Amino acid sequence: MTIQQIQDEIIDEFALFDSKEDKYNYIIELGKKLPPYPEKYRTEDYIVKGCQSKVWIKPEVRDSKIYFYGDSDSTLVKGIVSLLLRVLSGQLLQEVASADLYFIDRIGLRQMLSMNRSNGLASMIKQLKLYALAYQAAETLK
Amino acid sequence: MFDVEAIRRQFPILHQQINGKPLIYFDNAATSQKPRQVLEALMHYYTTMNANVHRGIHTLAEKATEAFEATREAVAKMINAPSKEQVVFTRGTTESINLVAATYGRAFLRQGEEIIISAMEHHSNIVPWQMICQEKGAVLKVIPINQAGELLLEEYEKMLSPRTRLVAVMHVSNALGTVNPIAEIVRLAHQQGAVVLVDGAQAAPHYAIDVQALDVDFYVFSAHKMYGPTGIGILYGKRHLLEAMPPYMGGGEMIKEVTFQQTTYNDIPYKFEAGTPNISDAVAMKAAVEFVQQTGFQTIAAHESQLLAYATQTIADIDGIRIIGTAKEKASVLSFVIDGVHPMDVGMLLDAKGIAVRTGHHCAMPLMNYFGIAGTVRASFAVYNTKEEIDVFAKELRKVAHALR
Repeated sequence: MTIQQIQDEIIDEFALFDSKEDKYNYIIELGKKLPPYPEKYRTEDYIVKGCQSKVWIKPEVRDSKIYFYGDSDSTLVKGIVSLLLRVLSGQLLQEVASADLYFIDRIGLRQMLSMNRSNGLASMIKQLKLYALAYQAAETLK
Repeated sequence: MFDVEAIRRQFPILHQQINGKPLIYFDNAATSQKPRQVLEALMHYYTTMNANVHRGIHTLAEKATEAFEATREAVAKMINAPSKEQVVFTRGTTESINLVAATYGRAFLRQGEEIIISAMEHHSNIVPWQMICQEKGAVLKVIPINQAGELLLEEYEKMLSPRTRLVAVMHVSNALGTVNPIAEIVRLAHQQGAVVLVDGAQAAPHYAIDVQALDVDFYVFSAHKMYGPTGIGILYGKRHLLEAMPPYMGGGEMIKEVTFQQTTYNDIPYKFEAGTPNISDAVAMKAAVEFVQQTGFQTIAAHESQLLAYATQTIADIDGIRIIGTAKEKASVLSFVIDGVHPMDVGMLLDAKGIAVRTGHHCAMPLMNYFGIAGTVRASFAVYNTKEEIDVFAKELRKVAHALR
């Protein structure tokens, strides 16, 4: 599925919830289902700066596609990581680097988060795209 | 007979819905809500007497000055200060501490001397002392605490010596609720000739403070945590100390005479009140003083202590919960962590239910390090909170803990 198709799918899923609480509960469920993060990558190198809770993101590239592992010490943030990875993990480098993540506003994610946490979300997205951009640049050089 | 519903009616902000639920405000240690009297005092000031204080000769300036000074007098009476000149208006607790560090510290602290603080202090009672110690080559010492969150007084006693210049401790801990034995701390410090500053930000909303009985040298607090406006606070000091201290900021009001060669300074308290003060909030602070006095500190403390006991007991059996701060003497602060759960997640999920709590390190990172945690969830209660609110809080917290674990 393309980045756009997955985002539309998420928007449809969230359309079922009308309260903040229901959305939170769904995000928590997603967080709990996130595949385990490889312990050897639980280091300072993979921490996303600018988040109030701890967030780890580890990228891997195969055949011009980028895959991510992610984790957080906050269950809610873990759920958000899981949403971002569902959209971006396994996509082409260039697609990730230039992705327009419109689903975030459409599901009201920013409104669900406090200002501090919203800044953390922005840091996460920036980091995911930066990884893609860096690998893309490296491939071009080859 | 204490009627909490009658009290609640005086607080307009409490009667609203947050995320579709009735607001439950348990973030009182951060700032309390304001009763109607305080809001009306602000409105009354601006609609009837707004003018600059002290130097005007017209009627409004007279009225504004009278109202401004009336608050000083009311605060002096509330804390049993020997005179109203010993009550200095500041922006709040933080500014009061910085004022003493910058003036008393700059004038009297010598290289190699020591300042003692405690392990449970708020950053605002740590950083100003660190700054002045660095500037002066003085040493900052820290009174350790036990796992309950109580000061180790015997360690403190050992730390004291003729080198101790100043002791700065909080009366009540914002993160743990611990009530510290101030009179004893002061007595021991005075034996060594040290002066004592007490951060009363978390005590002033709950207890009748008697600065003379405590024999403190400096006592500082904010209006906004005791039902008053933000941006106005108090520095009480002993007369001989305030008189010996150099001014804090230069400007209008703090002078007697200015020439380009030399300036002579005004008397206390004006020496420390450069520039146009926060007149409106100072005036409205009197309404807050009257509110706590009319309600009665005994009534306030008794009600809050019932709430604390009830809340502590009601959430105690939640899976994985650990109360942080279990001192024998506690004010109405309930700080806790739940194993495997991020405090911020708890705060956000409770907010979805209309419940306001604080999460994080509570501006006491060294204290959090001591307990080996990054932060806690903190519910703090005021005179307008109810048992029914605690029931809702406990029920929702139980659900939240279950969902997150």
